Amino acid sequence: MTNEQLNSGNPKVDIEYRRKKNAEEMRYQIITFALMIFLTLVAFVAVGYEGFSASFAVPFILVLAFVQVAFQLYYFMHMSHKGHEAPALFLYSGVFVGFITVLAFMTVIWW
Amino acid sequence: MQAEEKFTNETWPASPEKQTLEAKNKFLGFWFFLGGETVLFASLFATYLALKDKVPNSEMSLAKDLFEMPLVFAMTMILLTSSLTSVYAMYHMKNFNFGKMQLWIAITVLLGLVFLGLEIYEFNHYVHEFGHTFTSSAFGSAFYTLVGFHGAHVAFGLMWFIALMIRNGKRGLNLYNAPKYYVASLYWHFIDVVWVFIFTVVYLMGMVG
Amino acid sequence: MSTLAQKKGFGATIWDYLTTVDHKKIAILYLIAGGFFFLVGGLEAMFIRVQLAVPNNDFVSAGLYNEILTMHGTTMIFLAAMPLVFAFMNAIMPLQIGARDVAFPFLNSLGFWLFFFGGVFLNLSWFLGGAPDAGWTSYASLSLASEGHGIDFYVLGLQISGAGTLIGGINFLVTIINMRAPGMTYMRMPMFTWATFVTSALILFAFPPLTIGLFLMLFDRMFGANFFDPTMGGNTIIWEHFFWIFGHPEVYILILPAFGIFSEIFAIFSRKRLFGYSSMVFATVLIGFLGFMVWAHHMFTTGMGPIANAIFAVATMAIAVPTGIKIFNWLFTMWGGSIQFTTPMMYAVAFIPSFTMGGVTGVMLASAAQDYQYHDSYFVVAHFHYVIVGGVVFALLAGTHLYWPKMFGTMLNEKMGKWTFWLFLIGFHLTFFIQHFLGLWGMPRRIFTFNEGQGLDAANAVSTVGAFFMAVSTIILLINIIMTSIKNEKVGSDPWGDGRTLEWAIPSPPPFYNFKQLPLVRGLDALWIEKMEGKKGMTPAEPLGDIHMPNNSIIPFVMSSGLFVAAFGAMYHADEGNTWGIPVLIIGLLITLGSMLVRSVKDDHGYHIHKEELVDDDDKGVKA
Repeated sequence: MTNEQLNSGNPKVDIEYRRKKNAEEMRYQIITFALMIFLTLVAFVAVGYEGFSASFAVPFILVLAFVQVAFQLYYFMHMSHKGHEAPALFLYSGVFVGFITVLAFMTVIWW
Repeated sequence: MQAEEKFTNETWPASPEKQTLEAKNKFLGFWFFLGGETVLFASLFATYLALKDKVPNSEMSLAKDLFEMPLVFAMTMILLTSSLTSVYAMYHMKNFNFGKMQLWIAITVLLGLVFLGLEIYEFNHYVHEFGHTFTSSAFGSAFYTLVGFHGAHVAFGLMWFIALMIRNGKRGLNLYNAPKYYVASLYWHFIDVVWVFIFTVVYLMGMVG
Repeated sequence: MSTLAQKKGFGATIWDYLTTVDHKKIAILYLIAGGFFFLVGGLEAMFIRVQLAVPNNDFVSAGLYNEILTMHGTTMIFLAAMPLVFAFMNAIMPLQIGARDVAFPFLNSLGFWLFFFGGVFLNLSWFLGGAPDAGWTSYASLSLASEGHGIDFYVLGLQISGAGTLIGGINFLVTIINMRAPGMTYMRMPMFTWATFVTSALILFAFPPLTIGLFLMLFDRMFGANFFDPTMGGNTIIWEHFFWIFGHPEVYILILPAFGIFSEIFAIFSRKRLFGYSSMVFATVLIGFLGFMVWAHHMFTTGMGPIANAIFAVATMAIAVPTGIKIFNWLFTMWGGSIQFTTPMMYAVAFIPSFTMGGVTGVMLASAAQDYQYHDSYFVVAHFHYVIVGGVVFALLAGTHLYWPKMFGTMLNEKMGKWTFWLFLIGFHLTFFIQHFLGLWGMPRRIFTFNEGQGLDAANAVSTVGAFFMAVSTIILLINIIMTSIKNEKVGSDPWGDGRTLEWAIPSPPPFYNFKQLPLVRGLDALWIEKMEGKKGMTPAEPLGDIHMPNNSIIPFVMSSGLFVAAFGAMYHADEGNTWGIPVLIIGLLITLGSMLVRSVKDDHGYHIHKEELVDDDDKGVKA
């Protein structure tokens, strides 16, 4: 099985490099996390703040949720990495089916 | 055999979660399962949205009467943080640091337990303070089913993490169990993804009215 | 391996099948179980036709008729057609892509046992106080009003077997993506493999809505929830939507593999490459995609309004386009080919007009305004039997004849096969063609009897006669199977002589590791290419080496039996004065979770077949 790693031929150098890469990635993860917390705060504030009407707040917090989920998927779950083409295809297909289900249940259930 | 091989810092691969064919299959299969779970939870969300605030009489509590911001906020923060701690665990897995990986998973489990505890408290609160139960209205059925399904996923995820920690506690990382940890952490993130929509669609939109 | 060549005792054979993780043996299990349920469902169909043979018949009572009718539909779709499709997918698809096994052999076995226990649970309802009686669609207002435990059997049985199907779907997807032999690109995959792939994707997305629908029904009936109860704020239409969001893709889950089997047959017995291969792939994917946007055409009369009805009507008609592409491609495959009318080919040729008739009535039904006239009449019954029997059942019968030698190493008798075919074809059209007119004359579906002198007598009698033709044909098939098995004349790797794809390159039945050396695939119809260049078989893509194989396991059986036990607890706990329901439910779930834990904790690395043993096999000839 191939090791998908740049090999310098020197394990020591190799390890240093990988550790550094991993640490760098971890830094991105923490930034992602900070952004997610920030988005969550904004969503809660938007709902708590009296000045916003529901017609603004609802779409706004939904957008925030989608952005936050994208962070979760692409960074925490590594969908931004290579080798996630099939997972992405099937996840988005699931999102598509889920979306039309929700749409139908909000439009043609009650009349 | 490759999966049982002992590793050192030098020989540990960069992507231990998909080195063997078995691991690659597990990785892909689990993602597909999550695709199916997406539809599963979408169906529950659809049911909830269709039945939100549908109660038999005007005395029963509606979403805007029930939900309180501080509790939901606390639960959200805890679950989001547990997502980060499981990322830390995977970081240490890639660095072949088994002890730290176990530690971060233990922290994840603890946060998950707190979350579950708060959820139980919350349900108990609705049942006893508001008479909002699983059987009291269609709204109640839909609410407890959606949030309860998520809670059951959390509980299952906790059992999964604990089983992994105990089973592998003495033998350390290898290419047989690394994918198992990785997939469990994917599951945990997915639980968090669902919660993002629950706190937005159920709680925040419920409070807006 | 020497152990395999030995004759096994009866008990050892049973144990072998209970624990097997070999996709070929699981295929045989699916074939046997699905075949059994096919006979059960067929028997129920015969009862239906006998009851309707003459006006004011009292062969069965109205209530019993409802049970028979419900169980006929449920059994045929979930317990006969699905597992039979899975049987061929399991038996053939891994061979077609040049794999040694599926991606998850353990889950493959688990999927089968979940299906099996679910099916057994559902059919136990006959002996435990009455079967479900709200139709296979089990619409909520009707099924909530149904007394006794019939509907509970339906809900729990389908829940268990549905989980098995979902697992099977994921397994096939990963198998096709990760386990293809060297050179087997996506656009070199045989059509049946493509059909399996798209079908599995449909399963992945269609079964979760069913799971949720069944859970809601389960909670409503057994745990006091109010999803479908309008007096408590619920809405009965929710069930209908979930059922059809699942149910419409489900019919494509059945028909796409049927298309796949026929595509193989047309190519083999016309001795020609499948015409328009890439457009066939495209059409298959497109049918799968459109299949998710048409479910509400089953609900035109519920009152969704003209906009929703129009959208779903147009989307439904759009499906005729990719299906038409396929029909023409099959015709062009035969065009100019050197056609051999073997039994499978006869089914394939008969399938085209039969299925097209079902497709045409489908377009008629898709027109929302027209549908108001046809709704819930025998016209609908005729339509869906034309597509399901004329499409799926024909394919399953054709597949049985085509793949029998590959699965069992011996050929079914062609003469009897043709008798089966002709009787079935004539009986099928005799039964269902007239039902179009019965519907147009005003006969509602699901009615247990009718009065004299309404002009329905003769047509119903004709329909019943047709059903007996199909029954006789099925009996001939059974005799054929028994006689063939007794004679057991072994055949070689390519018994039809014109096999095009990889499964025909290895012995019949294949050794348990399938390919001693993975084959090198150089194009579409991999084996045909080698044959045309005068080679005897596939060029290996790897040197002879150790082969890794999974261990057998009884855990899938135990895991599934836990849910079977739990289902009894869930069902009976709501009875008055019942004390053991909840404990049994918990024990059952503990058995399942416990076996999951054991599976997770116990390392299972499988074993290796050593190179030397493989060389050994070559000298003796491979035995199964």
